[in-house]
Amino acid sequence: MWQGLRAELYPLGLEIVTVALDLDSEAARPWIVAAHPEHPSLIDRAHVVDELFGIVNVPSGVWINEEGVIVRPPETAYPRRPPFLDRPIPEHATAEQIVRITAVKALRIDAETYVAALRDWVRSGAASRFALSPDEVLRRSQPRPIAEATAAAHFELAQHLHRLGRTEAAVAHFRTAHRLQPANWTYKRQAWSLVDPAQGPNAVYEGDWLSDVQKIGAENYYPPLEMER
Amino acid sequence: MILETLDVDAATLETRTGWAIKPEGACKGDRCVPLPAHDGDGIDVRVLAERLGMPLIQDAASGLWCLGPEAGGRALTGAEAPDLTLPDVDGHPFHLRSLRGKKVLLVAWASW
Repeated sequence: MWQGLRAELYPLGLEIVTVALDLDSEAARPWIVAAHPEHPSLIDRAHVVDELFGIVNVPSGVWINEEGVIVRPPETAYPRRPPFLDRPIPEHATAEQIVRITAVKALRIDAETYVAALRDWVRSGAASRFALSPDEVLRRSQPRPIAEATAAAHFELAQHLHRLGRTEAAVAHFRTAHRLQPANWTYKRQAWSLVDPAQGPNAVYEGDWLSDVQKIGAENYYPPLEMER
Repeated sequence: MILETLDVDAATLETRTGWAIKPEGACKGDRCVPLPAHDGDGIDVRVLAERLGMPLIQDAASGLWCLGPEAGGRALTGAEAPDLTLPDVDGHPFHLRSLRGKKVLLVAWASW
């Protein structure tokens, strides 16, 4: 997915590192193998990156300069306009499929703005208007009140219990994490996917992807980029 | 951080949370929080949790504990990128620090 942009920008001094946030370490393998990436393609089966950087949905991108300083905190990152935004609704789609496809097409994804800003930063470095000061990076970072910090602990414990095969106990902690930080899509989607890969309605969790997206409005699933054109 | 007991060693604590145990207390960046005197390497996690504002939870059935990240601020506590080591798909470790000198776009994604 990122290989084309990497080929363009690597000669100019940018490396792209992709990290799959997947409790199942093998789940990401088919995508990585198919992409033939030349950039580091890593697996984070304990969701350490989410916690360290404050990532609450995917895909999210973080910009780090040559000195190891973050110049943009996590924000929605697509390398190009995803085809699903322009996918026509199949003629024989079921009512349920139509609702889901319609929701997906309504997601707010501005890949063009993101990639233009990335190119500007790669060429201009600290002089780029898209490179933020450390204070601004922290201001835009996810707030972490006690509820969110406790949600992180429950999510980590849930993953650990799941790996131990204590599925029922894991579910209880996943549910607590969801209750404490309902806007964390990473917590929800990871747990839902363990019950149903399509993240549809199920008997284990109150929510599912489509219902929860409809509650907030598909246009609010990804926050708007704070990048002036 | 998953814990089987309420003691944690300093090296594990620093690797997982960035908090280093020094004579003046628990330190991260230029911030130090005093800790009570303790014997040996083990540090009482209950004291750490209280002093550093970290939630400490337990799964009663398994007896396992989990120490969460510090609360009250932001997910990023500083602009310096966390020191991160993760495996690639074949299990080979990769150190984010090895890319110093290059600009980096770190992209988090998932198969789900």
